[in-house]
Order: sequence, then structure tokens, then C-alpha cells
Amino acid sequence: MNTFEHDVLIIGGGGAGLRAAIQVARDHPASSVAVVSKVYPMRSHTVSAEGGAAAVISESDSLDDHAYDTISGSDWLADQDAVEVLVENAPKEMLQLEHWGCPWSREPDGRVAVRPFGGMKLERTWFAADKTGFHLLHTLFQTSLRYDTITRYDEWFVTGLIVSEGRCQGVTAIEVRTGKMRSIGARSVILCTGGGGRVYPFTTNGNIKTGDGMALAYRAGVPLKDMEFVQYHPTGLPGTGILITEAARGEGGILVNNEGRRYLADYDLGQPLDINDPAHPQKRTMELGPRDRLSQAFIHERTAGRTFEGPDGDYVQLDIRHLGERTIDRKIPMVRELAVRYVGIDPVSEPIPVRTVVHYMMGGIDTDTSGATSLPGLFAAGECACVSVNGANRLGSNSLTEILVFGARAADSAAEYAENVAPPEVKLLGDSAAAEQARLEQTLLRPDGGGETVNGIRTAMRETLEEGVGIFRDRTRLERTCTVIADLKRRYDKLALVDTSQTFNTELIAALELGAMLDVAEAIAHSALARTESRGSHQRTDHPERDNDIFLKHSLAYQGESTPHIAYKDVTITRWPPGERVYGSA
Amino acid sequence: MPDQVLEVFRYLPDSEAESRFDKYEVTYRDNWVVLDALNHIKEHLDPTLSFRWSCRMGVCGSCGMMVNGEPALTCETFVRDYDTETIKIEPLTHFPVVRDLVINMDDFMEKLPTVSPWLIRDQDDDPGEGEYRQTPAQVAHYKRFSMCINCMLCYSACPVYGLDATFIGPAALALAERYNLDSRDEGHADRADVVTAHEGIWECTYVGACTEVCPKDVDPAGAIQMLKLSYALDWAKGFVMPKGAES
Amino acid sequence: MTKELHRPLPRSWWLRKATYFQFMIRELTSLAVLAYTGLMIWALLSSSSDAADFPEFFDFLTGPLSVWLHMIVLALALFHTGTWIALTPKVLVLWRDDERVEPDVIAGANATLFLVISGAVWWLVMG
Repeated sequence: MNTFEHDVLIIGGGGAGLRAAIQVARDHPASSVAVVSKVYPMRSHTVSAEGGAAAVISESDSLDDHAYDTISGSDWLADQDAVEVLVENAPKEMLQLEHWGCPWSREPDGRVAVRPFGGMKLERTWFAADKTGFHLLHTLFQTSLRYDTITRYDEWFVTGLIVSEGRCQGVTAIEVRTGKMRSIGARSVILCTGGGGRVYPFTTNGNIKTGDGMALAYRAGVPLKDMEFVQYHPTGLPGTGILITEAARGEGGILVNNEGRRYLADYDLGQPLDINDPAHPQKRTMELGPRDRLSQAFIHERTAGRTFEGPDGDYVQLDIRHLGERTIDRKIPMVRELAVRYVGIDPVSEPIPVRTVVHYMMGGIDTDTSGATSLPGLFAAGECACVSVNGANRLGSNSLTEILVFGARAADSAAEYAENVAPPEVKLLGDSAAAEQARLEQTLLRPDGGGETVNGIRTAMRETLEEGVGIFRDRTRLERTCTVIADLKRRYDKLALVDTSQTFNTELIAALELGAMLDVAEAIAHSALARTESRGSHQRTDHPERDNDIFLKHSLAYQGESTPHIAYKDVTITRWPPGERVYGSA
Repeated sequence: MPDQVLEVFRYLPDSEAESRFDKYEVTYRDNWVVLDALNHIKEHLDPTLSFRWSCRMGVCGSCGMMVNGEPALTCETFVRDYDTETIKIEPLTHFPVVRDLVINMDDFMEKLPTVSPWLIRDQDDDPGEGEYRQTPAQVAHYKRFSMCINCMLCYSACPVYGLDATFIGPAALALAERYNLDSRDEGHADRADVVTAHEGIWECTYVGACTEVCPKDVDPAGAIQMLKLSYALDWAKGFVMPKGAES
Repeated sequence: MTKELHRPLPRSWWLRKATYFQFMIRELTSLAVLAYTGLMIWALLSSSSDAADFPEFFDFLTGPLSVWLHMIVLALALFHTGTWIALTPKVLVLWRDDERVEPDVIAGANATLFLVISGAVWWLVMG
């Protein structure tokens, strides 16, 4: 049998996908729901998130404060109605996770504990030591096992959306173990496929973060929004790019340059308190500033020759020695494990070398606050989507919250939508799978090699992205990157695989992922070229100022014949008119 | 940069009936893990080599393989720590091989739900009423057993599982204990049937190899022995005070 | 679907790793303990009856072969006891607030208890 059918089909088995699946199974039990994932759900990249998930919980905190921190953190590009949805629903999502068994770290009296995080005025980041994503994902996965109405297609790689009669009616997917092309029909599809950090050469992201879902939507005519906004996390390990959580700074860690100076004091992020001051670390100040500003500071320090030189590039030092072994082992034990294992440094006695590293995509598939895209029947949630709650820069610990809130919302929307449409025709499903198989046989799987290799094209793509669409951009280099990407796409069309076998062909999967990455890269580069201002994580040396007159808008990248077409749409402003982002004072 | 030969297990069922070993010579950097060497082979020497990996930081559990005969997480195992002339890489033992270094883990995926690895309560409180209180000490009681990344190294090390694949196995049982010990859970009795079945804890003869190879220090052997004690006590209580035994 | 490869465990699996070998020895020692227990019960029963062959049996028990046998069984029993004591921290998990009592402390306490009880039995029997 080559075709299957469900009411709600979820692509991606990470935090957003599993949350959506549970939502359908629990609240819409009459609906047939399935999760398709190219990896077993426990391998989804949610697993590597470390620091925590933000939600208002203390008496002295407020939803408005969380909203304001998020909106100012986004450099006013976040849609404020979406942010209000995020902050309102955050506490109940965290409590639901707790009720499902998530081992949140606790206060002595048994209440959930919260920690400070970058750009947040008050402590509101819920955490499970520093393996929050791991515990969140496993809690969701294990809870999902209770619902035997959730069907799973583990290690099935989705190659395309089935679109007919103006709506999405399912997907074509390769069952990786057998190599067979299948169709899965659905009345509604939710993309929860994550971001695409692997388009860059140095990233915290795992191998699977290749923007597959973004490309699927893009090719179906759905625009990708705000793709130029790529977050560089300030503290990754040199060489591997492995993430050292912001929580290390939340607990009081400091960043120093090769002069031993807490250099962030020179970047309009306030003045440092002494590390022994009980008020350290001060919120929204210095090391607890927003990620875009911290990463930009690193580049300036490097240009000025104040970073350390190492075999894996320049770095600065993250010093957590003053926290003491007990705090480190209790609150951020994985930071210690990772530092010891991968750079041979015990942070109890030595500072950790860190540098900026690509971490997250604020941009993604354009959706509204219910998770709907412009294509009827197609929804999206999580990092692959752009609602937008994160705007031009995301605050740490908002993403784990986002995947839960919008995963659940997209599920409700999709289930309701599915109730009002007819199921796909069997013939459509059969024809789609056959056509897709034929397409692969005429391209990647054809016997005559074109001389190109997956690795060759992929390496070139990564180089040009880092060169032209890094932390600081300018027109010349952006144009060059756009040209290189266009050339790489032509080379990709000539790619024929060495491995044409059927059983678990990972060269084929890597090639399909590369195709997705090239689409994502194209959207990023062209969107960045078109935005002639600087805002948040998009910094143009040739247009260094923020321009709210022209650019208080989201960019929308639509796939074109040869290059994407960039359009714009207004940012939704409700109660917080654009202002200055001020850090360094409480 | 030094050289290293990797002898890698290959199984290409579409074209070959038998498995074989391929030798690859790799020049490696001092900070390379075995996974880096495998990726180098795939990217530069042989794109047909298939293996699973993702996070490369020891949390996703994808990259378990046999390295020089021992189950290892290849993203946490450094090439420099092996001083044999050749490093032998094979798929995890005790699992059927799909292709090359990729094993079939359906068995584990089917067993996992049977131990009811979720919070069981007689009455689910409304989350709106706030969190279930749980002190740091109470969290500590089950924390260790919650650290399992499902990498399957323990199943590879367990000779009981190797001899009898019906054994539920270390990771699944450790997860049962994680929930049994969670102060918020009330499902100890609900898990009894599966956990104390013949294929459950009583098939474990405490070889202890699972705990030895576990890369996350979960100590599944300890979890199983604790389960034996707790369910044995339940059984004894059932004799002494049949009505009030189940708690 | 193409064939999956099955790699059955060889008969010699327990020779492959030190852990497996020690496990087998441990299991075999329980046989020795069992056998000796059987011998003791038999001796007890024999000594209380009017069996004619008891003096012969008693001679055997005090002879050199028997002494060697007893020493070997004692060594195996001590090894067996050692592995049991090492197991106790796995089942007896004690907590001081949110920190676990060190496994060595539990094992040490059990070892001490074993020595004290053995000493008491020795004193009762010999003293």
C-alpha cells in the first residue's frame, strides 16, 4: 500500500509537533492524527535546548512586562498581537508540561523555580537544570505514547506538499528504510520542521536542521517571512559550535576579552556590577543583554584585536568560576560536562572559550496567530514558522515557550479546518507519489553522474552564507552571495548521486536536504539584500540606522522563476508604539 | 595531523547478500570524535556510507555504534583515545542491521509504551490550579533515571537481551522506575503487570554491563534492582495484608 | 523489503568482556554455595541419626581432601558474599535531603555488619 490518510498530519516530531499531536489526540479525539518525522522523535533538535522556557509566574511579574521585553527585544518587529498570545498562554503551557511530568527545577518549598535570562526584566525562565529541551521533549514524547490514536511515521522524509483545488491535501514522503515513495493524504497539514541553521558552516544546530518544511511551503507558493533575521548566539564552543547556554550568564557568568575586561560595558549595555555584589547579574544589563547586541559586540572586539586567538578561530572567555562548584553542578551541570569533554576545560577552575555561533532563525513560514498559512489546509508552528513573536531578535527562553503555545494553537486550527473539508481523492494521492518518484529518478537518482557532489555544493553554500549574510552585512557581499546561491542552484540541478540504492540511502536524504537549504539560503540572502536598514540581528554596515518609516514591516520572500520576489507587510502594533531599545538600566 | 585507519562494517542489502568491512584511511585532528571521522569518510571518501547522527553533543542518542567491540556514543568518543592501529566500527550488537551502521530499533520503540512511561494519577488536577509541589529532594530521587537519551547502548551490552530479545530491557525498565519514583506519580500498581512479567525485571540477572556502557550515567541496572525490591515487597505485603497491599 | 542482517550471539559471548566473565564466575559461585549447603544439611541429618556409616563420613570430613574443598568453597562463598555486598547500594538508596548517601558508605556498612555477625557466630560456635 502506497497511500495513507489522516485528518491532521503533522510534519516534524519535536516540541511543536508532539505538542500539536497531543492537542489533537486529547481535545479532538474524533480526529485521526499522525506525526511524520525524518528521525525518531527523541532525536528532534528540541532535545538540545538547554537554558529554559519563559512564562510569567512570580507575583512581581506581569504579562505586560514579558510582552514588552519580547517586543523591545525584537526591535519592534514582532507582531504585538502574537506576542500577547504568547505571554498569555505561556504559564498554562508550562504548568501543563509540569502536570505531564516535566522535571522542572524547584525552589525549596516545592514551587517551580525560575532564573534570569537575557533581555528579560525579571526572572521568568522555567528550567530543568540546563537540559530543559531534553526534558521537555522526552516528557512530550512519553506523554504522546499514552494516546494510541496518534499514528507515527518514523524516519519518513517528506519530499513535497500535495496541493490541489487550492488547498494542501497531504504530502509525498520517502519511507527511508525501504526507499519507497509514499503519499500520506490529509485534510490538514501542520509543518513543525524546525529551523535551518545548517545552511551556515558554524552552528549550534544538529545535522537535521536543514529547513525542510520552510522549503516545502516556499515551493508551494507560501512566503517565508523575515528570513534575513538569523540569530547568532554569543556563546558557542570553538571548533564544534556546541551551545553553552545563556543560563550560564543568567546564573552570573561574565564575558571577558583578552585584556581581562568585561567588554560589554563599552556597548551601551549598562555598567557591570561586581560579581560578588548580591544584585549581580543585573537584568537586561551587560551579559544579560539581548543576543544580537552581544554577538555584534564580539565582532567589534575581534576587529579591534581584543579577542583571543585559537586553533579554531577567535574567542572570548565566559567565566563562571565565581559561581562555585555547587551552583554549577546544580544549575548548569551540562555546561561543565560539555566544556570538559569538548574543549578540555573545567569551568570550575578555568574560563570557557566561547564565540558567536548561528543558533536560531527568527524568520520562517508566514503564519497568523492561529498557525494558518496563506495556503488553505497548511499550518505551521515552532521555529519553522514566523508568527511573528520574535521579530528581528529573539530573547532566550522564548522559543521553547513558542513551540508549545503555537503547536497547540495550530493543532486546534488544523483540527477545526479538517472538520470542514473533504478528504483527498485516492487517485490524487497515488498520482502524486508516482510523479514524485519519477521526478527523483530523472534527477538525483539518474545513473549518469554530473560531476557535482552533495558535499561540494553544500560547503560552497555555507561559505557564501557566512561571508555575505553573517552578523554584519553590506550590499556588495550580499549581492555576491545571491549570485553564488543562484549558481549553486544550477549546479544542484545537475547533481546525480553516487548512491542510488533504496535501503536507507542517506546520500539521497542529504541531497534532498541540500535542496531545501538552497531555497532557505536564497530567501535569507535576498531578504537581507532588500532590507536597507539595520534592525536587531540584521545589521547593514551600509545602512546602519533603524528605519521605522520604511521598514517597520515584515519581509515576505516568494519563490520566483529565477530569484525570489520580496514583498512587505505591516507589523501589527497594539499597545507598544516603537521606541528605543534600552538596556543597562532596570 | 595523525593518520588513522577505520575499518567500517558495511551491509548493502540492495546489492550484496553478505556484510563486509571497508578500510578507510583518515587524517584526523586532535579534537575529532569518531563521528567526525565517519563524516569525513562520507563527505570526502565514500558517500554511500550510511549512519545516523544529529546533535553531535551527546543528547539526541542517534549515533550509538560498536567501536572496537564496545558500544559507544560516537559523538562523545575521541579518536585520540584509541591506540589501536585500526579502529573497528560496527552497528550496535543485538539489533538487526538495516544497512551499514544503521540498526532496526523497532523492538525498543514497541516496548517503551508498554511500561506506561508517563505520569499516572487517579485524578489529573487542572494545571490552572498551579504546579504539583515537588521539593528538590523529591526531584533528586528520580532525576538520574530521567536522563536516558534512548541511545540503546545498554541493549547492546546486555547479554540477556542478546540471548532473548523478548526481555523488555534496561532503558525501558529504568524509565518505569523514573516514573515510579516521581512523587507526583501514582502508577506503581499500574505498571506491575508489565514490569513483573517474565520478560520484565525478573529476567535480569544483574550482569551490570548496561550501567557500565551508559554514556549518561543513568544506572539502569540500579533501577532494575530497585524495581525488584519494590515489587517483591508489594508481593509480600499482598500476603500479609491483602486488602491494603497496593500503594 | 530487503533482508535485515541478524548477528546471533556466539556461545563464547561470556569470554568477550571482563564484566561478562566475572558475571559467569559469580553465578557459578552460587552453585558452589548451594552444593556446600546441601553437604551441610546432609551432615546435620547424618549426625542425628543412628546411621552406621557416619564415622566414615566424619573421617572424610576431617581429612585433607575435605579441608581443601572447604577452603575452595570458602573462597568462592566470600567472593559471592562480596558481590552481594556490592549490590546493596543499588537497592538501598538513602538520601540526605537532595543528595544521595555515597554507595561506598552503604556497601561499607553492610560489609561491617557481615563481619560483626560472622564474628558473633564464630564466637557462639567456637567459644
